[in-house]
Amino acid sequence: MSQLFSTATVVVSNSQGLHMRPANLLVTAAGKFASNVTIVREGQSVDCKSILGILTLGAVQGCQLDLRAEGPDANSAIETIVDLFQRGFDEPTE
Amino acid sequence: MLELQGIAVSPGVAIGQALVFDREGYQISRSRAATVDANQEWLRLKAAIDSAATKLEASAQKTADKLGARLGGIFAAQLQMLLDRRLHEELEQLIQKQSYSAEFAVSEVLNGYAAAFRRASSSFLAERAADIRDIERLLLEGLTGVPTQTLREITNPAIIASHDLTPGETAVLDPRKILGLCTETGGPGGHTAIVARGLEIPAVVGIGPFLHLLRADDSIIVDGHLGRVIINPDDYTRERYLARREHRQSIARELTELRDLPACTSDGIRVELMANIEFPTEGQSCLDRGADGVGLYRTEFLYLGSEADPSEEDHFQAYVQVVRDMGGKPVVMRTLDLGADKMGMTPYAHQENNPFLGLRSIRLSLRNPALFRTQIRAMLRAASEGDIRIMFPMITTLDELRTARFLLRSVAEDLREEGHVVRNDIPIGMMVEVPAAVVMLDRFIEEVDFVSIGTNDLTQYALAVDRGNEAVADLYQACDPAVLRLIQKTWEIATQHQVSTSVCGEMSNHPALALLLVGMGIRVLSVAPSAIPVLKKAIRSVTIGQCQAMAWRAMRLDTAKEVDAFLQNQLAGLVPEMVLQA
Repeated sequence: MSQLFSTATVVVSNSQGLHMRPANLLVTAAGKFASNVTIVREGQSVDCKSILGILTLGAVQGCQLDLRAEGPDANSAIETIVDLFQRGFDEPTE
Repeated sequence: MLELQGIAVSPGVAIGQALVFDREGYQISRSRAATVDANQEWLRLKAAIDSAATKLEASAQKTADKLGARLGGIFAAQLQMLLDRRLHEELEQLIQKQSYSAEFAVSEVLNGYAAAFRRASSSFLAERAADIRDIERLLLEGLTGVPTQTLREITNPAIIASHDLTPGETAVLDPRKILGLCTETGGPGGHTAIVARGLEIPAVVGIGPFLHLLRADDSIIVDGHLGRVIINPDDYTRERYLARREHRQSIARELTELRDLPACTSDGIRVELMANIEFPTEGQSCLDRGADGVGLYRTEFLYLGSEADPSEEDHFQAYVQVVRDMGGKPVVMRTLDLGADKMGMTPYAHQENNPFLGLRSIRLSLRNPALFRTQIRAMLRAASEGDIRIMFPMITTLDELRTARFLLRSVAEDLREEGHVVRNDIPIGMMVEVPAAVVMLDRFIEEVDFVSIGTNDLTQYALAVDRGNEAVADLYQACDPAVLRLIQKTWEIATQHQVSTSVCGEMSNHPALALLLVGMGIRVLSVAPSAIPVLKKAIRSVTIGQCQAMAWRAMRLDTAKEVDAFLQNQLAGLVPEMVLQA
């Protein structure tokens, strides 16, 4: 099985930042992939499959985050997660 | 005897033994080394995690049944955290590699998360720290097999004294066992206050540090009317409060007979007594008390306890339940009346030095049309099930009223286009709680179907007093002549335009003040459900002429103190059995 490595940079666009609901969406999404996915904010790196980890980032609107995935399905994992960020987690915007 | 002053958030008087919850909840033995082998220690913890998960699921269900799905959601969030696989890895690591005991590992790892959350700048995360504490407590309970002194386990009725209550603690409050609540922190809009009011448990919050003064089983009085807590009352005080309580109870028994009688003065002037409610489950208790309807349905609970905004369906279910329970009686719904700080809206909350003059209430709704529309859509949809009336809080300028009405019309059109039937005769009103609205009321009145005077905020804004601030709290007097004049002016202008005026602040919970308002011309009062029987009794004991004479004289007094003394004196003369020795 090939080990792939994929990265992306995203910005938190939804107004309320990474609170419970978006964090839960991220955990659920990352959980569907075999790859390890991490989120890095200003050097702090957390497991994207851990809701506690994501909450610890305290990422508010406008935060820039680096995503890293490592594993057989790294590319599609990153694509799925970037899409969640780009849609602002489907939260109502102003 | 020691008397403390806090903020009264839920009326009633409780007398009993204190049960103290210290700041950390309780102490655990922090022995580091496990006595058995690491593998077994880890299995023991896994069993505790499973049992904690089962308990959380049960709590979620129980809370959802009692207080609605939104608050039940708190436990769904806790469950997600408990089942976090990273958390499990960290715990296992400490146990397997560093020979920690399960208890010590739990306490180390969860304290680490709680501290990280508290450090974070966003307020929603700081609140999650309380969830982490709940989880820690549950796990330790499962491990030691000894129930920690939690609110779930209380056997003898007691008064809870605590630094603050976590959402998990408030959710298991049983009004039969918890006589009263007093906490060091918290405010009128907080979680503890809202749940206490919903369950009718007398509560005083924001007392400041006092737990160190209490010993277990100290006797304590919580006066939820005056915001007073008395530790080890002397015999005289205790007797006085016991007599008051006895008196209240005997009145209460007598009052149940009044349930189906109208609130009419003895000469036949009808006063509508409506109820102020917080939760969808309160409709029945309004009917049990003989309410003429719901005069103020606060919708804030929908926004507390979960960071995600409530969906239209959440709103709709909460509204339609009350409308159906009230069986055709009017239900006045108020749109969101919270401050940005209470809603975890971090982009705004940070900049608020003075939240009461900041982005709150209708201002917040108009700044967030998506949020506002969702709520309005649900209200308009629920209106097809009964007599819903909609009012906007904290209206200060005509622009705000017009924008709010415009949004409401456009939402109604959207709904019609989608095929919903939307009534076009829903009364739309505004709350009068900012002095500017009273000054400009002749203009506002042309554009509303009713007005409701919110005396809590009107008093605060008219007298420039923050009622949560102990240093000036004594200046906060709803019977201040300045406030009475604002109420009178509002009533005069509204009545000239044949617009109905109600009063929905805490002021009208007091029989003497309620009779004064009736004397001033007010015919609709909206009060705590528990206050309805007493007010009905008071109104049925007097003539309208007596109320008017009382108002005429009260309006000529100079100070709040004089008004208060005069009203107490009048009440003693008119309805002697109603007077409670304070």
